[in-house]
Amino acid sequence: MAKVTHLSDARGTRQSSEEEGRNPGTKFDLGPVKDVRVNRSAVERRAGTMSTRRTVKKEHQAAWLIHAVKTIDLTTLSGDDTPGTVKRLCAKARQPIRAELLKDVGYDQPLQTGAVCVYHTFVGTAVEALKGSGIPVAAVSTGFPAGLSPFPQKIEEIKASVKDGASEIDIVISREQVLNGDWHALYDEVKAFREACGPAHMKAIIATGELGTLKNIMRASLVCMQAGSDFIKTSTGKEPTNATIAGSLVMVRAIRQFHEQTGYKVGFKPAGGIRTAKQALDWLILMKEELGDEWLQPHLFRLGASALINDIERQLEHYAYGRYASMQYQPLG
Amino acid sequence: MKVAELTKTLAYGAAPEAAKPALDWIAEHNGKFQLFINNEWKNPSGKEWFDSINPATSKKLGSIAQATAGDVNSAVKAARKAYASWSKTPGHIRARYMYAIARQIQKHSRLFAVLETMDNGKPIRETRDIDIPLVARHFYHHAGWAQLMDKELPDHQSVGVVGQIIPWNFPLLMLSWKIAPAIAMGNTVVLKPAEFTSLTALLFAEICASVGLPPGVVNIITGDGRTGAALVEHPDVDKIAFTGSTDVGRIIRKATAGTHKKLSLELGGKSPFIVFDDADLDSAVEGVVDAIWFNQGQVCCAGSRLLVQEGVAEKMYKKLRARMEKLRVGDPLDKAVDIGAIVAPVQLKQIAALVKQGADEGATMWQPSWSCPKEGCFYPPTLFTNVAPASTIAQVEIFGPVLAAMTFRTPEEAVKLANNTRYGLAASIWSEDINLALDLATQVKAGTVWINSTNQFDAASGFGGYRESGFGREGGKEGLYEYIKRKPAKESKTQASARISGQKAAASRSSAGLSLVGAPSIDRTAKMFIGGKQARPDGGLSHNVYGPNKNRIGEVGAGNRKDVRNAVEAARAAANGWAKSTAHNRAQVVYFLAENLAARADEFARRISQQTGASNAAAHAEVDAAIEQLFTAAAWADKYDGRIHGVPQRNVTLAVPEAMGVIAMLMPDDQPLLAPITLAGTALAMGNAMVIVPSPKHPLSATDLYQVLETSDVPHGTVNIVTGARDELAKTLAEHEDVDAIWYAGPEAGQAAAQKASAANMKRTFVMSATGPLPVMDDILREATQVKNIWVPYGA
Repeated sequence: MAKVTHLSDARGTRQSSEEEGRNPGTKFDLGPVKDVRVNRSAVERRAGTMSTRRTVKKEHQAAWLIHAVKTIDLTTLSGDDTPGTVKRLCAKARQPIRAELLKDVGYDQPLQTGAVCVYHTFVGTAVEALKGSGIPVAAVSTGFPAGLSPFPQKIEEIKASVKDGASEIDIVISREQVLNGDWHALYDEVKAFREACGPAHMKAIIATGELGTLKNIMRASLVCMQAGSDFIKTSTGKEPTNATIAGSLVMVRAIRQFHEQTGYKVGFKPAGGIRTAKQALDWLILMKEELGDEWLQPHLFRLGASALINDIERQLEHYAYGRYASMQYQPLG
Repeated sequence: MKVAELTKTLAYGAAPEAAKPALDWIAEHNGKFQLFINNEWKNPSGKEWFDSINPATSKKLGSIAQATAGDVNSAVKAARKAYASWSKTPGHIRARYMYAIARQIQKHSRLFAVLETMDNGKPIRETRDIDIPLVARHFYHHAGWAQLMDKELPDHQSVGVVGQIIPWNFPLLMLSWKIAPAIAMGNTVVLKPAEFTSLTALLFAEICASVGLPPGVVNIITGDGRTGAALVEHPDVDKIAFTGSTDVGRIIRKATAGTHKKLSLELGGKSPFIVFDDADLDSAVEGVVDAIWFNQGQVCCAGSRLLVQEGVAEKMYKKLRARMEKLRVGDPLDKAVDIGAIVAPVQLKQIAALVKQGADEGATMWQPSWSCPKEGCFYPPTLFTNVAPASTIAQVEIFGPVLAAMTFRTPEEAVKLANNTRYGLAASIWSEDINLALDLATQVKAGTVWINSTNQFDAASGFGGYRESGFGREGGKEGLYEYIKRKPAKESKTQASARISGQKAAASRSSAGLSLVGAPSIDRTAKMFIGGKQARPDGGLSHNVYGPNKNRIGEVGAGNRKDVRNAVEAARAAANGWAKSTAHNRAQVVYFLAENLAARADEFARRISQQTGASNAAAHAEVDAAIEQLFTAAAWADKYDGRIHGVPQRNVTLAVPEAMGVIAMLMPDDQPLLAPITLAGTALAMGNAMVIVPSPKHPLSATDLYQVLETSDVPHGTVNIVTGARDELAKTLAEHEDVDAIWYAGPEAGQAAAQKASAANMKRTFVMSATGPLPVMDDILREATQVKNIWVPYGA
């Protein structure tokens, strides 16, 4: 096992016990990066049949959809966000599905989303709005979405968000380093981000839509994990192509390989364009098939989405009442 | 609070496809299915019925009629009657019918899928996403060929009434592979589905009637092997197309030998799945899933032999075992099941027996920890490692979800192991190095090679085997030739003039031929020619050769089994190198042959006259025709191109004509020089090695040829000449397992015997009369080659 890098902080024992499950990262190792072999056609074939080989119906589907809600990083990342819209979103995170509907579906336990994800500016607002719920606040950082801010500024941005109470940081990598094959530079930068995160969990957004090839996606994933990412995440939601099953398949295979090689478990977060309940199920199936049941849980799987919950609610309504539902009955976030 | 509980386990649960549409359809027929003859439903004349069983539940689905020989006769009669008008129906009209059939299949696709799954046991995912869409695609694609036949195949016409016998593993898909090209080309059909799986064929029959397909064009007769045998033996059937086991294929080969029935056979396989250390291993694992756990492994082209490069073998096995744990076996109607039911208890028993034998012979067996459903015919996915190439499970087609894994060290060893089989249906090659992958693709003996993929099918691509996997192709333009024949031939001018003047001369029986020989010459002994050396006959015996006036003009060696053995050995040794030499190089050699033949034109002309009594002019005309023929063959060497098929996958599918390998040629009597030059020259240009048996009547032109061969840079062993009794040598050659094809010119009885004997290794046969015009070039080229389809997917 590689040495656990740092992580002091005076937040006490609870923090350090959490640390034990985290990926501390490894030394930079070019070997596995160079050894990457990805056959696009074969990957696409597997991706294309993933959801034709598996499906969930009826009460199982309802259960899966409720579970999906628990993994959602409920997100607002718009230029016109205000404290008002962020508070609304936080309220939705606390109560994502109408209580009466949940009861009629047959789910009698508390339900909330995995996290709320906002720009740094609104971390404080969100922390305040979620107080007492236990829902973590995630902040996108490091010059999101392009990642082209000066390096020191990126570090400061992370630290500022952590200081404001963000316990999860979604960083973006420098695509240039991937496109030019500057793997060591990528490692160094992401590792610096991870150190800046301190106790906050770091999700590395590799921006699959801007890396050109599936091979690059795999290589960037491996380097980000070596550098100590807690999660690897597909997209900012701002690229021309967001999360795809094929790109995700390559990333989860990288996670599996990293786990086999180091014993560390890294989480996965698809994000961008995930709007339907059916899509949510597709990604859950991908996780279950390729990584196993543990990777279905929120500590290793998050769905980045802003509008997904409403479609899940509609499907649950259909399950509970046997009729098709209208969006107007689903409370906005 | 069930849902709350279920969120803890996140299991898949059941996801059954409704059986109701299929059950309703069966109920509409009161569970009893008659024979479809002349667009009418008829009771079997023997009043015999058998059950169709759902292998997943062991429950009876319906009663199926057992067609008697009399019923087969009625069906053939109906097809014959329909043929008169269907064969003359314009291609465009045939295309319209086929388009309508394709549409109907799509419109009823779910009913077909559910019915197929219930009858066969394969998962609904496969019938829904693979079988039925491919069926529709096959009819669409061949509707196009019906439309284009006049333009694209102007020299060809339909064959007649076609008898087709299909297996149970892809019931409707195999039906479409058979019926679509047949009716597109203007044939009429009598088709017998496998007795385990008749139902979708009968639903298809209803569709034929509903689109108004003229009565008798398609007839579906159900029954067991007796029905199939009656169809094969029926004298008014012009062609038999069969897909199934090599054993039954062999019986059919023998039964049709000498009957002039065209024959295509798509038989068994033990296809290699080759994984190099630079492959995308995770994807290769999924490839294995698609290769051997597709349709429960009951696939003729299943990748059942896993060959892994030693350095990554353990890694690959580990990944495979992890993947196998995730496979789901169960109710084939469940939409989330990977492996359904084995077709019948008898098949299940056979799989279990072979697995036991594999374990007994020392291979390491591994199966996932979960267990299969107890009811119905189920078998878990099974992996054998430490398999020796000599063991039963490495050689025998198991036809079940059982994978036998072996390791190799070098590409060369991979080829050796891959080709170490009696079969040659398909191969799958996994490497991210295109140099390596294509190198292997050219060396593996298989009709279809998938690079970084497996079990890819499409109507536009040909499919069929090398070796004991059969002959003939289905799909693509190459597949059409199985359902057409050449229109009555127009001879080429040179062939005709050579032949006619030769006949005239022979008729006049002038002694002028002899006088041309001139003064007594030194005794010339025509030896045999084996491995580039002149050889005396093993038996030490010679036959006299007589001229047109019964005058003895020479002697040739009486070749025997051992001479054949030596010649085939020499040809085999030379075959690979010659096939691999460049087309340009082969053309050069054939041109050189022509040059050297021209230099001896007078001598060869004299020899022709001496043997046949042809006039000097006629003999010279034959020599000239032979020289021209060599030029034609040489010209084709680098121009007999393959095709790139337009399959819908993101893929370059290369249809490559490859040399057959070793061809045995028993030469015609007419045109003693032109015939061997035409046949052997073309085969040579296409990269084959050969054993030539000259006409016993006029062998000396052929034996004279070895002196030309010796001076023309023809590699040793590429062309071998064995003289002797035609039918005796033909038998040895036809039975010889290392001969890939036999071309036989001779009497009908001899043709039949050669075809029958060729069943030993299912070699391709090409028979012709000993006299009369030679086959046309196009046909000779096709017989000298076999098409390999190489699927090369791409994507950055």
